Amino acid sequence: MATIEIDGKSLEVENGTMIIKAADEAGIYIPRFCYHEKLSIAANCRMCMVDIEKAPKPMPACATPVADGMKISTLSERAVEAQKGTMEFLLINHPLDCPICDQGGECPLQDQALGYGKDVSRFTEKKRVVEDKDIGPLIATAMTRCIHCTRCVRFGQEVAGIMEMGGTGRGEHMEITTFLGGSIDSEVSGNMIDLCPVGALTSKPYRYSARSWELQNHDAVSPHDCVGANLHIQTLRNEVKRIVPRDNSAVNECWISDRDRFGYEAVNSPERLTQPMLKSGDHWEVTDWKTAFSKVVQGLQTEINSAGPEGVAALISPLATNEEGYLFQKLLRSMDCDNIDHRLRQVDFLADSQQNLYSGAELPLEKLSTISSVLLVGSNIRKEQPLLGLKLRAASLGGSKIYAINSLDYHFNFKLDGALIVEPSTVPAALAGVALDVSRIVGTDLPEQFSAWAQLGGNRDVYSDIAEVLVADSAESLIILGDSCRQHPHYSVILAISNWIREVCGVKRIDLHEANGVGLTQNGCVPKNSENNALNLVSNPRSAYLLYGLDCVEDSIYGNVLEDSLKKANFVVSFSAFKSESMNHADVVLPITPYTECSGHFTNVEGMTQRSNAAALPRGEARPGWKVLRVLANQLSLSGFDFVDLNDVNSEMENTISEKPFEYPHDIEITLPDKHNGQDSNKLFHRIMDVPIYRVDPLVRRATALQKTADNSIRPIAGLNVEQAREFTLRDGTLMNVVTPEGNGISIQVQADNRVPVNCIYIPAGYIETAPLGVATHLTLEEV
Amino acid sequence: MLSDELISKINKEKTKYPIARAAVKSALRYAQEEHGWISEEVVRDVAEVLNLETIQVFEIATFYDLFYTEPVGKYQLRVCTNVSCMLRDSDSVVSHIQKKLDIKTGETTADGKFTLFEVECLGACGGAPMMMVGNEFYENLEPDTIDSIIEKLGASE
Ligand code: SF4
Ligand code: FES
Ligand code: FES
Repeated sequence: MATIEIDGKSLEVENGTMIIKAADEAGIYIPRFCYHEKLSIAANCRMCMVDIEKAPKPMPACATPVADGMKISTLSERAVEAQKGTMEFLLINHPLDCPICDQGGECPLQDQALGYGKDVSRFTEKKRVVEDKDIGPLIATAMTRCIHCTRCVRFGQEVAGIMEMGGTGRGEHMEITTFLGGSIDSEVSGNMIDLCPVGALTSKPYRYSARSWELQNHDAVSPHDCVGANLHIQTLRNEVKRIVPRDNSAVNECWISDRDRFGYEAVNSPERLTQPMLKSGDHWEVTDWKTAFSKVVQGLQTEINSAGPEGVAALISPLATNEEGYLFQKLLRSMDCDNIDHRLRQVDFLADSQQNLYSGAELPLEKLSTISSVLLVGSNIRKEQPLLGLKLRAASLGGSKIYAINSLDYHFNFKLDGALIVEPSTVPAALAGVALDVSRIVGTDLPEQFSAWAQLGGNRDVYSDIAEVLVADSAESLIILGDSCRQHPHYSVILAISNWIREVCGVKRIDLHEANGVGLTQNGCVPKNSENNALNLVSNPRSAYLLYGLDCVEDSIYGNVLEDSLKKANFVVSFSAFKSESMNHADVVLPITPYTECSGHFTNVEGMTQRSNAAALPRGEARPGWKVLRVLANQLSLSGFDFVDLNDVNSEMENTISEKPFEYPHDIEITLPDKHNGQDSNKLFHRIMDVPIYRVDPLVRRATALQKTADNSIRPIAGLNVEQAREFTLRDGTLMNVVTPEGNGISIQVQADNRVPVNCIYIPAGYIETAPLGVATHLTLEEV
Repeated sequence: MLSDELISKINKEKTKYPIARAAVKSALRYAQEEHGWISEEVVRDVAEVLNLETIQVFEIATFYDLFYTEPVGKYQLRVCTNVSCMLRDSDSVVSHIQKKLDIKTGETTADGKFTLFEVECLGACGGAPMMMVGNEFYENLEPDTIDSIIEKLGASE
């Protein structure tokens, strides 16, 4: 500890702390541009000059560590003179175009120029001009404004893990740019907009659409992933203009992903549904709520009378709030119907039939950045949960070991200490291989039922590497199961094995969820009888369907089957914020509002429930889902739906839903590996599937800027192992036919993809075009 | 595009430093010796060999004056125009070369042989005015010494 004095205030601070940090903690203001708490120290802007007693000249507070007995002044004549001098230099080349700059009003340079700048410039020479760069659809640039603080550069290099921005040239000729004007493709790039202390980097979709002081701030929570990033939704005259992060050190720190930031564009899209509609013949007619409700009541009652409550199936999007989920299932269950699920991207419900599965993260998310070792299974965590990807990157920089068992050799923003890239059917086997090595180390027997899987997994050095690392510091180790596990035909095997490893050696576990999956599970949006799971509800056609917040084809990996069932059904109601393909099969469409216009709670993977507030009034006749469900229940004469406001719903939920702890059961009876797991015919390719980052939900699919990024392709592109691609004559845009054993086929653009292992073909889900393949695990490939 | 020999030289440089980024400068120097200038491909390839982002290599290529990010002539005439040389009329050295080769400062002759640069003090003030070509210093320049240097270089292959 050192005792120092800043502006006469005596402070006790940790040795080695930088003066600026000590001052911040004591609430003493020091101007700055390049210093940022979450970034390394560059000390290149020189704005933070302070006067230190006995020092021969002013020193930068961000790069000067405290020493015992130091007496610092931030306000002495020498300090202020130095700060003013720096400001004068910074403004030499700055265009001072605040009136036409989006940063105006929230610009550290503008603010500090007011405090430290001169009224009149002494600089009469020409200012330098720097060409603007086009760095992609998300960030607008005005590089003449750049003051070379290198925050954006350091963010890419240190936090995001891909260095896309850099400083070229030097002196008068220095420019912040990408290599040859390439685009910025990081999934968290928008944070550079917040970091940039001037208007050099601003939001492209928001550009020139509002001034920051006119905006109203609303506290919300991002629904796109299971992290629950805290947001400020900013509106002007009832329209969402932009979204910026809200600091929460336990969740998102000061970052949000581009999906969180730019997903809002969907809510202003022309595809919004703003009126209830009825199908009449083959066209849609706008109607009022009253008629729509009576139509729904009539339709449901007819179907229940003829097919019983069992004839109704309800599917809900994982983006729904807890309240919507709770009321949706309550409505169903009040009609004696248990057919409700939100897991439309899961196929194997075997584990669910034995255990009521409810799992998430066994440790606080903030712990992730200091964990000592991680095994990632079936997860492209960087794109599935971008903010958790950042935490793993921080962990990796801090020396933790990260291993992956995946089917695609994903490009992570952290270093893998070992990776096993195998076809999907071998993923559980590889995990069993790890389990076998764990059992040897801890001296227990591998349960009998895993042995067939372990055999299939064979012997690989990486198994023992992983096992040793996990066991060595098991309390600080972690097994994470990602989206590809959930979509896996042997999900229960993966669950059982990873939970068994947890049981015998004490590693921690995380099951990643889609969006609000944890909240919806907790609030009853899973069937009590696992027979009524989503796959069954979809593949055994029911006579009536209630679809909540879904684009049924893209939001399910068996959207093709769902579509068939909807066609067969007598009565389909779609609660939706958007017009979509699934509307075609509906009889009634009820317009509900997206999260920006609907208050409610989301529960993140850690089990933390956070409130998200509506930021704008509903568009047109659209209404928040919970209100629609309440009125519908009343119209159906169901009792227990007399809520006046959201708080009523919440207090009922608090009384009826008991908070369950997460469980990680391993005593699940599992299936044996598939018989013809190997290649019975060398013409069959294993299908690798994932849902790309900007295809996951109805919002991002309609967010125009996100759709234009390099992470997204408007039409799906299949990937083939580089070696095997040579056997075909693949050119840019070559189309090939891929066909399932049942004979369903599509033609799709195929390219060589260095992430794909041999005998596999990668075909993304989340596209209407690839839906006909459903969940087929093997495909044949023919040249067109 | 980099020769095997060059790649192994770069890999050897890499072992000299704790981080790969530190080896960029020597890597680029060897690459420029082989290719004459640092093209986009050279940047990409050096980045690949060193396992860095392209921008990290490009930053350094653009930072140093002696790395050329555009093609230059086979011989670069660097005429010092700093104080001592200026006092000894380096201006007329520059204009003489400009006239003789029909190029402006910074330009390259049509046959790709010569590029003219003006540079700062090279520490040879005692022999002002002077210029540097390759690793050679030519001092006490007069119009006819300049002519003979250029002719000699121009004749060599
Ligand atoms: S663009 Fe902004 S953040 Fe990047 S160096 Fe320039 S001023 Fe700093
Ligand atoms: S904040 Fe200290 S030098 Fe920039
Ligand atoms: S001034 Fe020309 S060599 Fe020093």
